[in-house]
Formats: sequence, C-alpha cells, structure tokens
Amino acid sequence: MNKEKESIFKNAGVQSIIAAIFCIIVGLFIGFLVLLAINPAGAGSSIVTIVKNFLNYPTKPAQLKYLGNTLVKTAPLLMCALSINFCYKVGLFNIGAAGQYVVGAGACLYAALAWKLPWIVCLLLAVAAGALWGTIVGFLKAYANVNEVISGIMLNWIGLYLVNMLLANVKEQASPYTLQLSSTNSSAILPTAGLDKLFSNNKYVTIAIPIAILIAILLQVILTMTKFGYELRATGFNKDAAKYAGMNEKRNIILTLVIGGALAGMGAALLYLTGYEQWATTQSSVPAMGFNGIAATFLGGLNPIGTIFSSYFIQHITSGGSYLDKSIYPSQISELISAIIIYLCGFVLFFKYVMNRRIAAGQEKKIRAAKAAEKGGEDK
Amino acid sequence: MILLLQYTLIFASVLSLVALGGCFSEHSGVINLGLEGIMVIGALGGALSLKALTGAAPVMIVIVTILAAALFGMVYSTLLGVASIHFKADQTLVGTAMNILATAAATVIVKAINMAENPDNVSSTIQYVNSKKAFIVRFGKFEFNWFMLLAFLALVFAYIILYKTRFGLRLMACGENPQAADSVGINVYEMRWAGVLISGVLGGVGGIVYITAGVSEWKFETGVAGFGFLALAVMIFGQWKPVNIGLAALLFGFFRALSNVYSGFSWLAALKIPGSIYNMMPYVISLIVLAFTSANSRAPKAEGIPYDKGSR
Repeated sequence: MNKEKESIFKNAGVQSIIAAIFCIIVGLFIGFLVLLAINPAGAGSSIVTIVKNFLNYPTKPAQLKYLGNTLVKTAPLLMCALSINFCYKVGLFNIGAAGQYVVGAGACLYAALAWKLPWIVCLLLAVAAGALWGTIVGFLKAYANVNEVISGIMLNWIGLYLVNMLLANVKEQASPYTLQLSSTNSSAILPTAGLDKLFSNNKYVTIAIPIAILIAILLQVILTMTKFGYELRATGFNKDAAKYAGMNEKRNIILTLVIGGALAGMGAALLYLTGYEQWATTQSSVPAMGFNGIAATFLGGLNPIGTIFSSYFIQHITSGGSYLDKSIYPSQISELISAIIIYLCGFVLFFKYVMNRRIAAGQEKKIRAAKAAEKGGEDK
Repeated sequence: MILLLQYTLIFASVLSLVALGGCFSEHSGVINLGLEGIMVIGALGGALSLKALTGAAPVMIVIVTILAAALFGMVYSTLLGVASIHFKADQTLVGTAMNILATAAATVIVKAINMAENPDNVSSTIQYVNSKKAFIVRFGKFEFNWFMLLAFLALVFAYIILYKTRFGLRLMACGENPQAADSVGINVYEMRWAGVLISGVLGGVGGIVYITAGVSEWKFETGVAGFGFLALAVMIFGQWKPVNIGLAALLFGFFRALSNVYSGFSWLAALKIPGSIYNMMPYVISLIVLAFTSANSRAPKAEGIPYDKGSR
C-alpha cells in the first residue's frame, strides 16, 4: 500500500502562515473599501501608501531612517505581543498587558527623570513594575477566581491614572509631556551599540530590537524545551488534568502573569528609554500598544517566532497610516485595518478546519479512485 | 447633593442597561466582551440622529435616537454573533477585536462626516447641545432624564422575560447545558443569536445614554473610557440576576458620579484629593468588590464554549 505523500498544507505551521496572509489580505481589502467610501479618488494610492510605509521616501538613506523608526516601535509591540502570547498558552487572556505596559513606562520614566538612574536600572524597575501589576491579576485569578480580563481592564485604568499622577511631577512646564530624556538624563537612554549607523544615524535605533528578538527566541525555548514550559502548556490545555497530575496550577497561573507583566513592562522601557516618545500626562485612554499586541500575537499564530514578523507587519501598517493625506483620510485607518485583522484571526480555527477538510476530501477521492481502478482491473 | 443623585442615577442607568445586555448574551452562552465596542457604535448612531434632528419635536428626538442607537448596536453585535455562533471563534478575542474596531471605525466615520461638511474640521467630535434637552424633564432643581426610566423598565422587563417567560427560560438553558436544550428541541443557534442581538440593542442604548450624560458633545477618539468593562464587572457582581445588577449599578454609578461632583462638597474638596484618585475609584472599588465576591461566582456553565452538536 503506497504511503500517501503528506500534503504540505497539512503542516500546522504552513496553515498558520496561510491563515495569517489571508487575514492580512482581507483586512487590507476592507481598509481599501473604507478609503473608497470616504474619498474614491485617492483610495487606491492611499492603501498603497499605508502598505509602503517607509518606502514612500525617495532616497535610500531616508528610507533606512524611517525603517529605523518603525523598528523602534516594533520592539515594544513585540514585547507586548509576547506577553499576551505567553499567557494565552496557559489559557489566560492577558488583556492587562496594556496596564502593565503603562506602569512599566511610569516606573522607568520616573526613575530616569526624577532619580536620574542609568538605563539598566530603569529597565529593571520597569520590569519589576510590570511584574507587580501582573502579580495582582495573577493573585486575584488564582485565589479569588476573578476573571483576568475584568481585573486586567480595571488595572489598566488604575495604572493609567496612577502613572499620569506620578509623571506629572516630571513634566515640562508648558506642555503636558514629560521631560526630554536627552537633556535631563542621557545615561538613561538605551545604548545603540552601533545599530544607529545601519539606519542612517537614526539615534533612536538601539539595542532594544535585538533584545526583543532574543527574548522571543528565549520564550520559544522555555515553552517547548523546559519542564516549566511543559507544565504551563499542560495547564493551558486542561487545568484540572494538570492539577490531577500534580502540577501546582495556582503557582503556575501567578508565575505566568508575573512573567507576562514583566514582558509588557520591559516593552515600555524599550520604547521610552530610547527617547523616541515622551509621555503625555493628560492622556485619557490607555496607550494602544498593549492592544495592538493582541493583534500581533494572533496574527503570528500564537508562536513567538511568528510573532516577531507579525509585530513588524502591524507596526509597518500603523506607521504607514501616518503618511496618509490627513486632510482627506484620518490616520485611524491603520487602527481600523489592525482591528479587522484581529477580528479575522478569530476565524483562523475555522480556516484550518476548512483546509483540513478539503485535504482529507481530496485524499479520500484519490483512494477511492485507486480502489475503483484496482477493482475494475480485477473484474475485467 | 441633587447633582450627585442625578449623576448617580444616570451612570447607574448606563451600567444597568449594558450589564443587562451582557447578562442576556452570557445567559445564552456567548461571552460578550465587545460591549464597549457596541456602546461606542450605539453612541455613534444616537449622536448622529441627535445631530440630524436638531430642532425637531422632543418626542420625535427621544424615540428616534433610542431606536437609532439600538439599531446600530444590534447591527454591530452581529459581528460577534457570526463569529462565535457560526464560526466557533474564540469569543474573548472577537469581543476585544470589536472594541478596538469600534473606536477606530467611529473615529473614521465621524472625521469623514465632519470633513465632508467643513474641510477644515478634522476633529472626531459630534455636538448635540440643543437636541439633548429633549431628554430632560425638570422637577424643580432635579433633572430627570427619560433614560433613567428606560433603564428601570429594562430591568423590570429583563426580570420578567428571563424568569417568567418560556423564551427566557429556554435562553438560559442554552447557556447552562446546550446539548440538553437541543435534545428537547430548542434551536440553540437561534437562542444564542437572540441573546447576542438583545445585548447589542441594550449595549447600544447604554452607549447613547453614556455620552449624553452631562456633556453636550463627544470626542469619539476616546471610546467610552472602559465603561463597557465596568458594566461587565457589574454583571459579574450582580451574579447575572437583573435585580442584583440594578443594585450593583447604583453602587458603581455612585462612585463614578463622585468623580464628577466632588468639588461641590466642601468637606471633600478640603481633603485635597487629586482628581485622578476620584477617576480611579470606580475601578478600584470594582476590583475590591470582585475580589471578595468571585469565589462563589456562578457563571452560566456553558458560556464561552462554542456549541458543537456532535459533542456530549
């Protein structure tokens, strides 16, 4: 009996990639339709502008510089995505990543601007703050059975107001933004290790990006090759079975959220310690970075390595949105496209189911045809 | 004092309407985290109708606005329905996506409308100063808002529908044990659609109540400041029962109202507590409350699990 060659489409990884590409194409298409509805004339070129992002600039050095800018924002997005990814593997939806990101930002900026500490200390403080915020969610979930989505959202808002209050002490006189890192405490800025030269002397490009990528790889290793990672995934698949097997699921839940919080807090440090952005102390809503992380993680097929690419893509189109002609199209179009992509990612399971069914149907057909041919030959 | 009472009632109305929406949806078995998004879209619909009806008869304004908000909310909730009932998507993810999508879509739509009217207007704000007055009836110094009555009626009807009608009992059955419900002939898909659409209607109306509470224009970029999630907390605290939800809504509404009116109380103002603390209080209180009451929380058993006819 011939062994049927396994269709390449059955590979889970390939299916995830195909599903992700499908979500992206449909998301972009719907974005295009929205642009058409607003102003038909410029819709086609606008959607191309969004997709091109830094390629919109005419010269190579300029392109590299703006690619650098996109990468600067990809690092924190990747960290938030990894935070949500890690927690999702354990069956927890860490929507509190946005709040953990906020307190991380508050901690590192305050340490940098008020206490004038060097970058490594600020970074560690941000990690600690995020981890603390995650611990609260973890404790509430493990010991009080509070749904982590609700507690996460509550803590997001509490964190926002606390950080706004805290950073109001280190803000500029005439504007609601926090002081510039470069003028107040340049030792807090992340070192560039020569990476800025690769991107036309874009001084915001720092070791943040390699760090984020290394952590993604590290998480993949932890999840797949260590006992701890195994326990976490087992708890995610079936909490009660894991408990029956002797795993301490309360400890695992809390630890997972601590790590998730630490990752998100670090993400904040990786952005604000580059000096790229200042914190607006009057902001009335939680920064979108935490929520875009959800898009990135699901688009990446819930795999840390895939998340690297999807984070870059989400940031690519988000940055691309800022090049639209604002007098015609609002820049929120990119948010719209990202949101549609997340929505479609919810259907990914369905896509995989459909793909598997078609492959199985195709294989069945072949077997039946082969059997019929055999039988037909015998009869004759 | 009167102002505090007013604000408490209005915020409690918002919370109870949205929480009831979540209640219907979860009783049928679909977790509706997208309530925040439904509120935004409902608010958009209501705000657009308020803007369009400036100068019309008050009764018209009231009825059309509520209907518009309800319709917009219902249509938006079909996104949740399709994904979770037919495509068996992860309901938490779909809900979150709907929240992000709603704020982005509302901002895009409002900006487009504003820019179409006046190319220099790139804001995401809609104003409805005059139309809003249609909703208010003054009793001396107290501004009674028709929405408060609406919320109260919604609570009463929800109680009657859920516990005293066949439809309500069947709806709840689909959230507790859909396979058993199916075995006696209840169409689980239809029931779940009903739950989701009702939550869309209630969430949408809750949205328009929120943005007209106390203010005369709304900047859609900000969404609804986490109110949808506060409503979910109210629902969980109220243990998915309409009466408890109403009481919980009053409690949370009180704290939210406090942040608007604390400067009117001389003894509170003397404490010199920063405004941010008052803003935080509803969220802190809800966390504390949930921490103590979630231990014995009895959510509908089959919520969040996509209904699969083939499984036991």
